[in-house]
Amino acid sequence: MIAAEVFSVVPATGTLSSLWLLLVLPAFGAAVLLLGGRRTDSWGPYLACATTGVAFVYGLVAFFALKGLSERSVDVHLFSWIPVAGFQVDAGLLYDPLSATFVLLITGVGFLIHVYSLGYMGHDPRKRQFFAYLNLFVAAMLLLVLADSFLGLYVGWEGVGLASYLLISFYFTRNSAATAAKKAFIANRVGDVGLSLAIMMMFATLGTTSFEGVFTEAEALSAGAATAIGLLLLLGACGKSGQFPLHTWLPDAMEGPTPVSALIHAATMVTAGVYLIARSSPIYEVAETAALVVSIIGVITLLIGCIIGCAYDDIKKVLAYSTVSQIGYMFLAVGIPGAAGVAILHLLTHGFFKACMFLSAGSVMHGMNDQVDMRRFGGLRTVMPVTFACMGVGYLAIIGFPFLSGFYSKDLIIEAAFDQGGARGYLMGGAALLAAGVTAFYMTRLMAMTFFGKRRWTADVHPHESPSVMTGPMVLLAVGSVVAGFLLTRGDGLFHWLEPVLGVHEVEDHVIAPLVVTAMTLVAVVLGVALAWSMYGRKAVPMSAPVAVSPFTTAARNNLYFDALNENLLMRPGQYLTRALVFVDNRGIDGAVNGLAAGIGGGSGRLRRVQTGFVRSYALSIFGGAAAVVAALLVVRLGA
Amino acid sequence: MSSLSTLTVLGLIPLLGALLIGLVPRGREVVVKQIALVTSLVVLAVTIGMCAQFEPGGGRFQFSEQHNWIEAFGVKYSVGVDGIALVLIALVAVLVPVVLLASWHDADPEVGAVAAGQRAGAGRQGARTGAAGRAGSSTRGGSVAVLEADEDDEQDGADGVTSSAAGDTTPPPTRSVKAFFSMILVLETMMIGVFAATDVFLFYVFFEAMLIPTYFLIGSYGGPRRSYAAVKFLLYSLVGGLLMLAALIGLYVTSAQQLGEGTFDFLVLTKLEISTPVQMALFLGFFIAFAIKAPLWPFHTWLPDAGAEAPVGVAVLLVGILDKVGTYGFLRYCLPLFPDASRIAAPYVITLSVIGILYGALLAMGQKDLKRLVSYTSVAHFGFIGLGCFAFTTQGGTGAVLYMVNHGLSTGALFLVIGFLVVRGKSRNSDTYSGIGKVAPVLAGLFLVAGLSSLALPGLSTFVSEFLVLVGTFTRYKVAAVFATIGIILAALYILLAYQKTMQGPLSAAHTKMKDLSFREVMAVASLVALMIFLGFYPKPLLDVITPGVERTMRVDVGVGDPFPTDRPLGEIATSFTSGSTTGER
Repeated sequence: MIAAEVFSVVPATGTLSSLWLLLVLPAFGAAVLLLGGRRTDSWGPYLACATTGVAFVYGLVAFFALKGLSERSVDVHLFSWIPVAGFQVDAGLLYDPLSATFVLLITGVGFLIHVYSLGYMGHDPRKRQFFAYLNLFVAAMLLLVLADSFLGLYVGWEGVGLASYLLISFYFTRNSAATAAKKAFIANRVGDVGLSLAIMMMFATLGTTSFEGVFTEAEALSAGAATAIGLLLLLGACGKSGQFPLHTWLPDAMEGPTPVSALIHAATMVTAGVYLIARSSPIYEVAETAALVVSIIGVITLLIGCIIGCAYDDIKKVLAYSTVSQIGYMFLAVGIPGAAGVAILHLLTHGFFKACMFLSAGSVMHGMNDQVDMRRFGGLRTVMPVTFACMGVGYLAIIGFPFLSGFYSKDLIIEAAFDQGGARGYLMGGAALLAAGVTAFYMTRLMAMTFFGKRRWTADVHPHESPSVMTGPMVLLAVGSVVAGFLLTRGDGLFHWLEPVLGVHEVEDHVIAPLVVTAMTLVAVVLGVALAWSMYGRKAVPMSAPVAVSPFTTAARNNLYFDALNENLLMRPGQYLTRALVFVDNRGIDGAVNGLAAGIGGGSGRLRRVQTGFVRSYALSIFGGAAAVVAALLVVRLGA
Repeated sequence: MSSLSTLTVLGLIPLLGALLIGLVPRGREVVVKQIALVTSLVVLAVTIGMCAQFEPGGGRFQFSEQHNWIEAFGVKYSVGVDGIALVLIALVAVLVPVVLLASWHDADPEVGAVAAGQRAGAGRQGARTGAAGRAGSSTRGGSVAVLEADEDDEQDGADGVTSSAAGDTTPPPTRSVKAFFSMILVLETMMIGVFAATDVFLFYVFFEAMLIPTYFLIGSYGGPRRSYAAVKFLLYSLVGGLLMLAALIGLYVTSAQQLGEGTFDFLVLTKLEISTPVQMALFLGFFIAFAIKAPLWPFHTWLPDAGAEAPVGVAVLLVGILDKVGTYGFLRYCLPLFPDASRIAAPYVITLSVIGILYGALLAMGQKDLKRLVSYTSVAHFGFIGLGCFAFTTQGGTGAVLYMVNHGLSTGALFLVIGFLVVRGKSRNSDTYSGIGKVAPVLAGLFLVAGLSSLALPGLSTFVSEFLVLVGTFTRYKVAAVFATIGIILAALYILLAYQKTMQGPLSAAHTKMKDLSFREVMAVASLVALMIFLGFYPKPLLDVITPGVERTMRVDVGVGDPFPTDRPLGEIATSFTSGSTTGER
């Protein structure tokens, strides 16, 4: 685990000098759709797909152009953004292996989900706005991963937050959707405080906020400053990525249309926190404590996510908690020195299989009149064979079925956790191993309740397979879920590719032999699958959730009481404080001033006279006041 | 007077327009409005020309002109602009046409009468209980409508008289379109003058004279409690102005003692050597006047009333520009004239500012009256500006000036959108609205954008200024910056809560036929939005103009340099970076 020796960046030339096109394309699409109004209703959605598709193609071209370079880190300087004396921030793009990888993920998965949405949102009267927001999201997300300074990243960071807000509240006449969107934005803002303060701290200590400047001088940071910056960045990452203790917004975000859940709240935006920490790895190398906290947060979150995931009957919520848990895995890895590459690997494979599962879930909902309760599904495998196959592939990938993508990435994370050695290694590794078993449990439960067993849907529902515009992207993502892990790890390809950014991925000596770890993981997975199948596959699933359950299940159904905690600890006291202040402001401060005015004037009757004849009294009081102060001044003068 | 400076010409144009409006015969209201709009556009064009000619690296004051005015007291007509004043004049030039466009029908007699009656009804709705019975005779209850409806009767009776004209039993006073539009133009002249003055007495004259048209605009064209609000506004301002006048005379006396003859010339006054206690006394005179004007916590209580009762266009000018005279005064007068006192006062002002940021935000969250809500958000925003002015860093100061401009745009947009909503829904109470986004998507969209700029979303201009203030503060006052940063969560809360309540959720039955914005209304707000987006990504033109002025104020006038980065291996220079230390070059 050695950092890239020198963080060197060369100016972009040729194809790469027009990288800004990547941002402008989707931004243009969003602008046309939003400003064009109803005129664009008919062709707007296709334009939105086209801009993302073209961006993907351009991303591929740029990727190969970068691959051909010896210095794989190029900078496109755009313009001077905020120049104020010592504080100089330029708008510029940094294109290196890490951002190139993200560009392909965002535009690739983004394009597929755009196409899927043509079918999924086909009958929605506000389809145009939906595609406009999707394009806005793609533009902001690309800015997030391409910006060459922390402040530039911050713009993309908030941009995706805005797009997420708009899309969660897409059905804004539903109170639950509006509330969920607001909650997401506020939780993100809490994280933003961390990110803002981290950037301020960088400027105060290093005098710069550009990646190049901060990373080349990171070693000069005092341990305290580095730890503070690391922890503040982590707060930002927790907000965006739905990590403990800011994770409660992510499951609520499922109020948004399902393609949004797939793109923003599974594959891309919520992984931005992992990107931020991986990107800042030079800082975390100096701040080992902060890196440890990243891992601890990851472990806590991955446990919370998979435990709650077992208790829900809402198919999207199960997938959402699964996302929380899987990102926990990424945080665990990205905090372990030298394992950031593994985190990115899991991020990519997760992008494929989770997007695939969400789109499949969307396909189920599409055929089931937007029903999300798994207790109303059952036996769908024969009615929706393609959806079943895609979901099945995603399922096998996420539980880590051998040689599917999740198998490679999750195994490596568990391995890296054990490899830390000592109590830390066993605790974290053990937790990750346990969670792998629980993941297998709740995912098997999801599959069994949805696709197997008796048909539990009502008579008015006529489930059917989705049109090919929807199944096409699903199949492509399923293919990705199968092969991504194998292709990316072949010859350590991804790790070597990311070396210039994340440092050399070097495994020294294993605490537990990799094969043993793999075997243990497989045992945990098999146990989880078997237990779930015995509970939900072989027995009939009741139509309504059982009431008499253990306190443990009740707690899980209530999100382990995190929402209640937030409400009682922050919301209620906040409301009381606000009300008290409003009271004081009206009675107290205003009252005091009004009272004073009334007192001086001898009651408000005289107050009126001030109004009617104010020129005279005004002049008089000016004279009086002036005389008083001049007298006071003269006293001071004479005294001096 | 052979050759007038562009600045003088600029100030005279709106005055001419106002005179011209006076010549328009009765019954030709449209002509009046057109003259006003064209005049304000001419001002805008001339201002753009001035900005193009301005040299950021040039002399301290450009476009300057000086004539003797009252020779006996050394008072001069002396104008000129530095970068700070220039961008604020540009803000005036941008906001006035927008306001005119947005208030096109606000002064129309028949509409006005209806609106006043309806708004009086709205005021009653605001007071939750009990107020209805006596609202006919008094609407005093509305001042505290949000929480308490029970007022003691004494107070009620006393204020009832001042606001009796506003009750819905009496017809509203004659609303003259001519007077409304010409007063806004006169106000524009004064706003230009107050920023252009380089003679402190001249500044004071404009500072006080601005009150007159504002008083009448609020008092005659405002909501049901307009008289109460107008008087409160006037009284607060007069108290401040009085203190400032006293300090001004003190300054004159001091200059007379030191120079042999007294002067009000700003540049001469900055060179005086004033002992610290005297500086302190004079500083307080100016500071309190400006703090009331700004308004800084705890001098803010007049603003929610004035902001809520003023017609929406006037509210935009009031909060967008008139209040900026206060924060402009901090930078232009308090700091350069009384550097020692400013340095002593800085930690206290920083504390007040941070309290204001959090307090204003919390209060905004608790408001049901949408216009009061925006007023309280401004209290929070003025906290940020105060923070930037007194952090004594180039970033903080530049951020504060940019904040003044951006706040004018963003709060202007927010006030306008809410004004459009109130005209349609006939109530300022946010509880009466729900799901408006369904029938008026354009209104909802602009509400959201204006709100997002209020919460300083990156990508919009307000972010640049807010971040500059925060980063500039952080390098010197870490704790203050941390608390101020928490304000960004509260900002998101008060905006999104109000947005959710009014624009989202199921559509309220009463508003199923609400019309979306007209083309005129969209243009007024969209021009501001376009500026905010442009300046969010490319604030450099403004920053280049502002920074030299601020740098000179901080380094030369106050004598405090920017703290150096601490951990940067630049040698042993990291000495000035201790909390609150203001050691510098002086």
